[in-house]
Amino acid sequence: MRVQVRYFASLRESLGVESEVIDLPEAVVTADALRAWLAARGGVWAEHLAPGRPVRVAVAQRMAQPGTALSEGQEVAFFPPVTGG
Amino acid sequence: MSDTVRVQSEDFDVGAELNRMRLGKPAVGALASFVGTVRDVNEGSGVSDLFLEHYPGMTEQALANIAVEARSRWRLIDTVIIHRVGLLQPTDQIVLVIASSAHRGDAFEACQFIMDYLKTRAPFWKKERTPDGTRWVEARDSDDAAAARWAGRAAGSNP
Repeated sequence: MRVQVRYFASLRESLGVESEVIDLPEAVVTADALRAWLAARGGVWAEHLAPGRPVRVAVAQRMAQPGTALSEGQEVAFFPPVTGG
Repeated sequence: MSDTVRVQSEDFDVGAELNRMRLGKPAVGALASFVGTVRDVNEGSGVSDLFLEHYPGMTEQALANIAVEARSRWRLIDTVIIHRVGLLQPTDQIVLVIASSAHRGDAFEACQFIMDYLKTRAPFWKKERTPDGTRWVEARDSDDAAAARWAGRAAGSNP
């Protein structure tokens, strides 16, 4: 499955990546599994996407839960808790 | 009945927006508005400017969803949510929320609800410049608490 992954705000700066297209292994089918797969890259990825870090995820531009399923071609975004207003 | 959402770098005119929601709309008996502005101090440091980032597409949709949620809870005529992005200075306006209704209770509560949900659900992020450099603003637990108090509450019961 191929997805586009985007990063925002402090997370984008920490990871040094704004957007990437990823061909996921078959086992990666949820938002949380994608986060763990990215964290397995090690380095800043492991540090900033570690379980317990305050990271939010959106799937298809809607706030998602860890168990939210991913589909082919979707946009997935990771970002810190929001601070607008 | 309309819900207006705008995300823009330009400033907004509160008076003009209020007039637009009142003139030609004789059913309106109450307009409640909130304006958020840039403070020159945060977490004990001086703030010389603020950069607001958003997630184009998702941000607008999230704000529209909040307006729909407010409309499901209170008797509203129109709502407006305008949020600025980009570089802002202390005293600049950041956000405007207006709710109109026949009677004040609905407008007051809806305005507060929209702001509480916006603070926790709409993808915006603030980066501020202080004498020590730039830093991303961290989310506050008090904002989560403010949004959570609306859960399960019916219209007419102010938290």
